This record gives sequence, structure tokens and C-alpha cells, in this order.
Amino acid sequence: MLKARRSVLRLGAVVLATCCAAAAAAAWEPSKPVQLYVPAGTGGGADQMARMIQGIVAKHELMKQPIVVQNKAGGAGAEAFLEVKEKKGDAHLLLITLSSLFTTPLATGIPFRWTDLTPVKMLALDEFVLWVNSEAPYKSVADLVAAGKTQKLRMGGTGSRQEDHIITVAITKATGVQFNYVPYKGGGEVAVQLVGGHVDTTVNNPIEAVSHWKAGKLRPLCVFDSKPMPYPEKITETMSWADIPTCKSQGLDVEYLMLRGIFMPPGVTEEQVRFYRTLLDKVRATPEWRELMAQGAFNQTALEGAEFRAWLEREEERHRRLMAEAGFLAK
Amino acid sequence: MSELVALFHGFAIALQPHNLALMVIGIVLGVVIGVLPGLGGANGVAILLPLTFTLEPVSAIILLSCIYWGALFGGAITSILFNIPGEPWSVATTFDGYPLAQKGRAAEALTAAFTSSFIGAFVAILVITFVSPLVAGFALRFGPAEFFAVMFLAFASFVGLSSGSPFKTLASMMLGFLLAGVGLDTVTGQLRGTFGSTELMRGFNFLVVVIGLFGISEILQSIEEGLSFRGREGRIDLRAVLKTWAEMLRHKAIVLRSAAIGCWMGITPAGATPASFMSYGVAKRLSPHGREFGRGRIEGVIAPETAAHAAGTSALLPMLALGIPGSPTAAVLLGGLIMWGLQPGPMLFVEQKDFVWGLIASMYLGNVVGFLIVLVAVPWFAAILRIPFPIIAAVILVVCAIGAYTVNNAAFDIVLMLIFGVLGYVMKKLDYPLAPLVLALVLGDRTEQSFRQALLMSEGSFAIFFANPLVASIMLLGFVMLFWPLLSRLWQRTPAPTAA
Amino acid sequence: MPQFAGGGSGIGQKAVEIVLAAALAGVGLLAVVEGRRLGNGWGFDGPEAGYFPFWVGLLLMFASLVNLAKALRAREEARLFVTWGRLFSVLQVLIPAIVYGAAIFLVGIYVASAALVLWFMRGIGGFSLRQAVPVAAALAVVAFLVFEVWFLVPLPKGPVEQALGF
Repeated sequence: MLKARRSVLRLGAVVLATCCAAAAAAAWEPSKPVQLYVPAGTGGGADQMARMIQGIVAKHELMKQPIVVQNKAGGAGAEAFLEVKEKKGDAHLLLITLSSLFTTPLATGIPFRWTDLTPVKMLALDEFVLWVNSEAPYKSVADLVAAGKTQKLRMGGTGSRQEDHIITVAITKATGVQFNYVPYKGGGEVAVQLVGGHVDTTVNNPIEAVSHWKAGKLRPLCVFDSKPMPYPEKITETMSWADIPTCKSQGLDVEYLMLRGIFMPPGVTEEQVRFYRTLLDKVRATPEWRELMAQGAFNQTALEGAEFRAWLEREEERHRRLMAEAGFLAK
Repeated sequence: MSELVALFHGFAIALQPHNLALMVIGIVLGVVIGVLPGLGGANGVAILLPLTFTLEPVSAIILLSCIYWGALFGGAITSILFNIPGEPWSVATTFDGYPLAQKGRAAEALTAAFTSSFIGAFVAILVITFVSPLVAGFALRFGPAEFFAVMFLAFASFVGLSSGSPFKTLASMMLGFLLAGVGLDTVTGQLRGTFGSTELMRGFNFLVVVIGLFGISEILQSIEEGLSFRGREGRIDLRAVLKTWAEMLRHKAIVLRSAAIGCWMGITPAGATPASFMSYGVAKRLSPHGREFGRGRIEGVIAPETAAHAAGTSALLPMLALGIPGSPTAAVLLGGLIMWGLQPGPMLFVEQKDFVWGLIASMYLGNVVGFLIVLVAVPWFAAILRIPFPIIAAVILVVCAIGAYTVNNAAFDIVLMLIFGVLGYVMKKLDYPLAPLVLALVLGDRTEQSFRQALLMSEGSFAIFFANPLVASIMLLGFVMLFWPLLSRLWQRTPAPTAA
Repeated sequence: MPQFAGGGSGIGQKAVEIVLAAALAGVGLLAVVEGRRLGNGWGFDGPEAGYFPFWVGLLLMFASLVNLAKALRAREEARLFVTWGRLFSVLQVLIPAIVYGAAIFLVGIYVASAALVLWFMRGIGGFSLRQAVPVAAALAVVAFLVFEVWFLVPLPKGPVEQALGF
């Protein structure tokens, strides 16, 4: 308790409120190191976020026990999902998720659904932006679509039958433009391939492409969200994240956001879930977290409880529909 | 000139006492991590990343990159003493390093390995310092076709090297390709060769297979041959060091060529592993003693080590300048940069001068400090060989098991390691060469992927592999290497037919 | 040396050659079947997922069948793969290693490792328990400190560690 109080003083007023709420309900807390599974390899977006959480928790002493990050990348996350599903009632295990929560079971047919887990909290949503090379003649979505009607454009993306591929299919459905989709291993590689002119367009996350944008090598055309991103600081001389129009406003009716959320194994108590929810609220209140959010231009929606479940339900259905139309479902 | 000014400013940052202390801690920690397979490189850095969160970014990257240097040096120790490569790029070092150790020349092999690493890394740092803006852009020209060409070149310079039965070589290499393909196929997103098993979904990790094939099988063979490791003479004294250095001077052409191969492969960024194999292959092809490679030639240690470290170091350039990692460890460091609030990419050199030049300066210093530390510490490592066999064998087994486990955090991998241990023992005794298997396992997946990506882009046309001067010349070089034995015979015959 | 007793007889090289070649041919066949399942054709935009496994499997089968034929033609008593005596010393290490691998699942890696060191020192090396027990315990404790405590790398743990609150 003493330790908890000291960190309260250090963290200031915002955290004070959440922290005391926790102190009131502090009946359960972890008794050994908490493992945080990443269903992807080291160095990717989910991995970065997981290690960020680990670092923040350690730096601000938000918890007595440390968080330990473990990568379980096998089978596009299938391994991690199945393992967490089986560790029923283990309250010292967390799982950070990305879109593979939906796409992997649908594409590979492994016996797993998100309902096999206990949803804790949505941390943020990752945006997707349509990019082209700044030397390309496409100044708008309309230009790109027009070009796509006469020639087959190359779309670079991360993985196959995963989020980038699904967005590509959705664009095809919305505009009738057929793409030549080329899958790569990581988002950073995809951005570089676009800069090098090996592909014509990509749907990179902001954090993967921002540096090349800043250097004047890439041009953003639109963001796949319902409203523009809320970050008005200038990134280039003339533009900020907020200046990128939504795709819908450009006549491309596609919306897609990637989940960054935390889950627990099934069969944990409400009290344990509440502990981690409070912990994650504290993490979200730190300056380091806010810095990361601004850098990656994340959508900071953070649902929990029934709302989160409803969101998951909806997204799963949408993925099933999109993937069925594209022929990506496991036979 | 502006580079020099910036560099000296960087030295001032890196030479601050607390940064210097972090450097030494990092190197020592790195050597320890490098000696424990599985913890090495990427894993070690990933594990320690969050612990650096409280440091200044410059200090943090100095600590982490020094761990990286230390791990690189440490990996060579186990490769040479126990035939256990801790990283993919140490595999080629075992080919001649371990036979040398068995002949009682471990001291020379270690000295050669450390010195080559030092030189390789040093050349790469010079390249980074002075020509970075020029070469950074080079990586941009590498699309899937160019990657495939480089992989092809790596294979071409290596195949046909083993002297055993061609059918055994073929079987061994094909097994490696098959193992590499198990798991998720990036191009189609389908699971391949898993036969419904969750355990197989993560595929066959290189480390698990190699720890088994090389390390465990070596223990089995040693016990069969009488309960001891051969070549206990692991002592390094000044004379051995000087003798090795004198010998290395005679091989300066190999050193320079290997460093060039390494820098090129690091910047492209194909990575250290193909660089080490390619460099070993080229050295063997061009050496008049080519046939003796694999039985303990010092050049067989110099070539892969120089190239691997030149590549490993220069791989940091595309990471910093473009945000593409040339190695798994670079990928983790990349995550670190973002965590510390730095955005890797073309603007980093402009916006974060202190950081970039502090890092480059720490590379110079870290490399020197690391070299001195490992040279001094080697007698202790060599002393390991004097521990009675039953203890050291048990400890190696335990360390291998931990290493196999930590790669994927999967206990099943320990079982796989044992299976491959038995397989390696049997294959070695039946003269199946293991090198082609490992080469195919390490590079097979990426080779297949870039081949298929390229064809996806060209919509099935092979013309893409000869579409521009860059890719065409790499492919051509690959064919030359592939048919080298034939070509060299022709070349010898044409000018002087009587000599044949 | 006593562990080489049994000298002359053992497992023939030929038998092992045949078994390994047949096993590798079997692996090749598996790959061919898997390749067919995935689709081993050449799509309009390059090879399908099963293309490489199919052909690589076929090559492996071919090479292994040649090796198999060569092995079958070899003279029976050409060479020994391993003598019984030597096999016994290998098994002395291999069987504990396999038991060790299985024990990790049951009692965790630390206890299993200590037991392995104990067995090697006592059973193979002939050390006294007084020498072996401290070494085994020290290894387990050092490994535990390094991995669980300092580097925060969780390794497989069993009931003993759980009782201690990990």
C-alpha cells in the first residue's frame, strides 16, 4: 500500500482518481509475474505496444509484479489463441490482439473464436491510410481509381488473407478496380517497397509510413475511418494527420480499423478483470502512452464491458462477410 | 567534413562516463547472452528492451547495441568450442572453427574469429559513417526479384561444395527446404505441412534444429568416442594471438573481400546469414586449398565471421535510414526506437543528429571495447573445456534445452531438439552433409517467398528476374558461381591445353 | 576401457542406411501428398502454395530412393554403424536426455535439470553424491535466478516452483 501511495503522488491528479478507485477495490492483485502474450513476432506493431506496456508498468511502478512479454507467433497467432483458450482461469496471463483475432480462425479453420476468451479492454484502434509514392501522378483517390481501370495496379500489404488484403478486397468491391496484391512479411518493408516504386499503392498504418511521408517520399490519399484523425500538429510542411480526408468523403466507401485490445483466458473472475482494467487505465494516462498514440495517429476509442463485446461481435461478423466474399475462408 | 564534426560530437556523447560504463556492462552481458543459445541477439535485446525505458534514448541504444556486439562475439565461442551456433550466421563458422578446436587449435580459431569480427564490423562502421547517404538509397532498389537474385547467389556460391555423395547432399538439402516450408505460408496465408498439429504451426525454427543437429549430436558422438570433448587446448596466450594475426595478414585479400560481401549484403538488406554462407563459399571456391575447407582451415573461420559482422553492422544503416530491419535484432531495436519516441526513417539523420552520431560513435568504441574484453576473457571460456565431461555434457544439454525453449516459448521444441539430435548423429555417421540442410532451412523460406512475390508482381513472367541491370547482373553472377567448377576447368584448358 | 566391451558385433551400417533412406523417402511422400492437397499447380501469377513442397518432396523421394538402392546393393558385412558396446554408452546419455525432455513437462525445467546433472555426475562420471548434489542444486538455482528473476524469461515450471509461489 505504501508503495502504491508513493506512485500516486508521483503520477499526479489524473491517475489519482483511477488509482484510488483501485485501492477501494484492491481485493485481488497478481501474486506472480504476469505474462503478456503477443500473437506475432518481435518488432511488429502489437509487439511494440506490448513492450511499451511492460516498460510503462515498470517505470511508473503501477503493479507490484512485473509484466513479462512472450511472443507466440506460430500460425499467424493461432498458437497463442489456442494456448490462452486452454489456460482456463489463469489470472496471470494477458493477450494483446490485432485483427488476426478474427482473420486467423476464419482463414485457417482452427477451433477458436474470440468468445473463448475474456475481453478486458480495448486499448486503441489502429488507423489505415491509403498511400501512393509522391512521384506518382495520383493526387486523389479518383486519380488512382481511374488509373486502376486502365491498368492493373500493384498493392503491397502485410501477409495474405489478413487486414491489408481484406481492405484491398473491400476497395475492389467498392470501386470495381482489380489489384495485383503482393504480400510481404512486415509493414515497414511494405512502406519501403512503395518508396522504391516496386508497388503502386499500400494501406500502411500511420506509424509504418510516417517517416517516409515526412521525408516527402509518400503521399496519403485518404484514411479508412469514419472521421479524420484528431491530430492537428503538422507532420510535413503543409499537412497534418487531421488534413487527410476520410475515404468515404473521397467516394471510396470503405472503413477499417484494427483492434489493439487486451484479453484474458476464459473462466477468470470479474474482480481479476477489474484489476487489469484499472491497470490499463493507469497505463493510458501516462505521458509515454499519449506520446505513442500521437506518433502513430491512433484512434483512441477504448471500449470495455458490454460495448466492447458488441463491437467484437460486429467486427467478427464483418470479417466473416468480407472474407467469404473474397473466398478467404478455410475450406 | 560535416560528418567528421558530427562524429566527434558523437564521441563526446558516447565517452561520457555513464555511457562508457553502460558500454562495458552491455558487452559483458552480451557475451553471456551470446553464449546461451536461444537468448542470443534478437531475444536478448527484446527481453532487455523494456528495462532500458528509464534511460535516455542515446544511453539506451548504446547499452542495447553493445549487448548486440557482445552477443555476436559470444556466439562464435560456442560455435568453435562446442559446435553449437547460437545464431544463423554462426553456422558457417562451425564448419572450420570446430575442426580447428578439435585439432587443439581453439585458441587460433577464437582469435581469428574475434579479429575477423572486429575488422568486419569496423569496415562496416566506416561505410556507415562516410557513405551513408549514398548507400541508404540503394536498399530502395531491392524488390522481390532482387531479393530472390541475392538468395540465388548465396545458394549458387555454396552448392556443389560438399565432397560427399551427390544424392545424400540432395536429400539433405531437400529436407532442409521442406522443414523451412512448414508453418504459415506468407504468400497465400495457408497453413502448410502442419497436418492439423498446433505444435507444428510455428514451424521448425532454425535454432531448435541446429542445436539438435550440431550440439546434441556432438555430445552423442563424443560419448561414443570415449567420454570427452576432443581438443582441450583452448588456452589463448599472446603467442597464439600474434601467430594468428600474422597468419591473417597473409589472408588479407579474403578479409577485405569478405568485408565487402558483408557490407553489401547488410545494406541491401539481405542480412548476415546469406552473407556468411556466401563469403565462405567464395573463399572456398577461390582458394587453392579449397578441398581442405571443412577440415580446419583458418580461412574458413575468417571469411564467414568477417562477412557476418560486416553485414550485421551495416544492417543498422537501412534500419536507421529507412526503417527496414536487416536482421531480427535490428527489428527489435527498431521497436525500441519507436518506444523511446524516435521515428526511424529518412528524417532521423536530420532531426536526431545527437542520437544517430552518438550511436555511430558508440559503435566504434563498443567494437573496440568488446574486442578487448573477449580477448581477455577467452582463457576463462577455454577453461570450460577442462571441466569433466559428465558435468559439461549435462550443462550443455540443459543450456541447449533452455535455448530451444526460449526461441518460441514452447516445450515441444525441446522434444524436437532431441529428435534432431538423434537425426544429426545418424546423418553424420552415414556421411550425409549437414551444411546444405541448414543452408536450405535458414534461407529456404525467404527464397521461396521472394520468388513467388516476384512472379505475383510480374503476373507469372520470368522476365522480371532480368528486368533491370541490377537484378540481371546479380542473377548472372549467380550462374557464374553455380557453374564455377565447370568454368574454371574450361578457363584452365583454353589458354594452355597442354597443361591439362 | 570397459564401455567399449562387446567389441566386434553391433548394428550394421547397411541396416541404418536403409532405415534412414526409407524414412526420408517417407517424408518426401508426405510432402508430395501435402503439396497435392494445397494445390501444386502453376497459377496465372506464379506457383501455388503446394508447388514447392510437392517438387521438393518429389526430389527428396528420388534422392532417397537412389540412396536406398545403393544401400541395398552394398555388401552385408561391409561396415559397422556402431558396436553394441558403443551403442550402450550412447544410450547412457540419450535415454536420460529423453527422460529429461519428458520430465520438463511434468516437474518443470529446473528440477529436471538438477536431476539430469545429478544422474550424469553420479551415474556416468562416478562422482560421489557429496560432490554431485551441490553442483546440481547450484545449476538449478543459478538458472532460476538468471532467467526468472533477472531476465524475466519464464521457463517451464512444475509443482515445486508453484509451492514456492511462482
